[in-house]
Amino acid sequence: MTSWLTSFPQLSDSLLRALQRSIDNGFRSFTRSYGDLIEGFFSPLQTLLIWFERLLLGTPWPVILLVVAGLAWGASRSLRVVIGSVLTLVLIGLFGMWADTMKTISMVLAATLLSIAIGLPLGVLMARSARVQRVVSPILDIMQTMPSFVYLIPVVMLLGIGRVPGLIAVVIYALPPMIRLTNLGIRQVDPEVLEATDAFGSSAWQKLVKAQLPLALPTIMAGINQTIMMALAMVVIASMIGVQGLGQPVLRAISNQYFTLGLFNGFAIVGIAILFDRISQAWGKRLQKHREASHD
Amino acid sequence: MTDPIGIEIRNLYKIFGANPQAHVAAVRAGMTKAELQARHGHVLGLSDINIQIAPGSIQVIMGLSGSGKSTLIRHINRLIEPTAGEIVIEGRNVVGMSKDELREFRRHRTAMVFQKFGLLPHRTVLDNAAYGLEVQGMAEAERYRTAMRWIERVGLSGFEKSYPSQLSGGMQQRVGLARALANDAPILLMDEAYSALDPLIRYDMQTVLLDLQQEVRKTIVFITHDLDEALRIGDRIALLRDGSVIQQGTAQDIVLRPADDYVANFVQHVDRGKVLKVGAVMLAQHGFDALPEASIATDASIAEALQQMAANRLQALRVQDPQGQTIGVIPFQDAINAYTGSKGEGAE
Ligand SMILES: Nc1ncnc2c1ncn2[C@@H]1O[C@H](COP(=O)(O)OP(=O)(O)O)[C@@H](O)[C@H]1O
Ligand SMILES: [Mg+2]
Repeated sequence: MTSWLTSFPQLSDSLLRALQRSIDNGFRSFTRSYGDLIEGFFSPLQTLLIWFERLLLGTPWPVILLVVAGLAWGASRSLRVVIGSVLTLVLIGLFGMWADTMKTISMVLAATLLSIAIGLPLGVLMARSARVQRVVSPILDIMQTMPSFVYLIPVVMLLGIGRVPGLIAVVIYALPPMIRLTNLGIRQVDPEVLEATDAFGSSAWQKLVKAQLPLALPTIMAGINQTIMMALAMVVIASMIGVQGLGQPVLRAISNQYFTLGLFNGFAIVGIAILFDRISQAWGKRLQKHREASHD
Repeated sequence: MTDPIGIEIRNLYKIFGANPQAHVAAVRAGMTKAELQARHGHVLGLSDINIQIAPGSIQVIMGLSGSGKSTLIRHINRLIEPTAGEIVIEGRNVVGMSKDELREFRRHRTAMVFQKFGLLPHRTVLDNAAYGLEVQGMAEAERYRTAMRWIERVGLSGFEKSYPSQLSGGMQQRVGLARALANDAPILLMDEAYSALDPLIRYDMQTVLLDLQQEVRKTIVFITHDLDEALRIGDRIALLRDGSVIQQGTAQDIVLRPADDYVANFVQHVDRGKVLKVGAVMLAQHGFDALPEASIATDASIAEALQQMAANRLQALRVQDPQGQTIGVIPFQDAINAYTGSKGEGAE
């Protein structure tokens, strides 16, 4: 009597095992028959990633420092941000983590570009249609709450170990804020401004590119900023499935208890996170300058 | 420049709510706004509106807040879909236009000025003023040239590189006006365009509009809740209350013969001496044996007539049309009656 109440009446063990086995087998046979096709489909990503890595690793370090300084200045017009960014990279280089950092940055940049390419149109669609919003919203919730280890499994089963499955895992994790904030930004555009664009006979496309996107841009920039941060946060986990960069030394440090190695690489990740954050936020703020609704 | 075109609004109804079509019949049969709200939870926006607007004239729509002014003007370019009725412009029913036709119609036949300006905050004054032309697909150099001309015309030279947030309200509305005029559309829709401006600037902008109207002759629908503005600007005035037109006519008609207490209340504080014209108050000349020597123009105000009679101790004035023909007589007593609003004034 009491045991019936304290232990939940579950399906029989054999039934559960059979269920798991049949799902696993189903997915495995799917992988076997379509694995190559899917790999082929994702191969442009491989090209993109390798191109990025070659670019960053092949460029002389002084040039990289100059480019970063230029970007920081262009985005923020603040000497402090420029000096901070360059100093971070110099320290990373001095402590022997230059190559790993370049690999990580190339991965983060590729993941961010991909997230923008997918997230921007999806966010726009979501803002235009209540039905799309109803469908996409719960999917985003799942993407954000599902532990990343769980969706690493099917990705690895399909594509094996390497850069591309790593990139896909990172994108799945980093995409939701891009979609959400694009949607939010477009929905927040002043309806009176949109009414004016309608009154002058704008087409839906003209309204989007001449009013909605530019006015949503600061919010979209906040989405890009969050996407970058989340991509960086995934670097260590992605290294478990073969993504090279700052994550791998951390992983090695955990299994071998190399405290200092872990600490250095951890600081390097934090360093470039702050660098990305400051640059992209400063840029977003500068975009905002004239965008607030005007009052007098 | 395009020739002015007229607007004809016929039996227009607008009901806001979940199922507007279901209640049109009841409203046609005389259900009031309050009844519709109480019984069916629908809002009566407009009820049986019929207005004919002559080409090249300024039609003022007036009424208290919530009387349906914005709803009405938004039907002319169909920013709001009517529940029933027609809007005929150049022989075409705007309500029946397809999406593409409507877009073309909005691009080339109408332009609109908004109470809260509706400017694009991320664009400069120049790019805002050129917006309508840009949407039409005009090349950059040409649209900037046109926009610059209008920026100068509304008195904003030197500000073309500024952003809206850097300008005062009055200047922002000049941008809104320049944007609308740059389109060179024959119909100009102005929804309380000046209501957000303080009185001096408002007067200034009215002058800008009236001067422009001398030059470019558009058909203007001008919404205001300010009677002085309505009387100054409007060739004809329509008064709206709870979504219905309760009176329409010239300023003289409305001040001299208010249709009901609501209208009478509206016009009671108006400066009648300045608003009323001699021509609207004069008597026919055949009732007089000898015509007075001294004369006054038919479009002079009652105040001017009274001044002239008082200064010269006259009992009446001869009224002349612009060609110098005598067309009537205005006795001192009739002018006083019109001025004070006592009964018995006015020629029918
Ligand atoms: N989208 C809407 N839904 C429901 N009611 C509306 C809507 N738009 C306007 N109304 C109602 O219609 C009436 C007229 O509004 P409006 O045309 O804005 O008045 P006005 O411009 O004269 O102040 C008001 O009672 C208002 O509440
Ligand atoms: Mg209004």
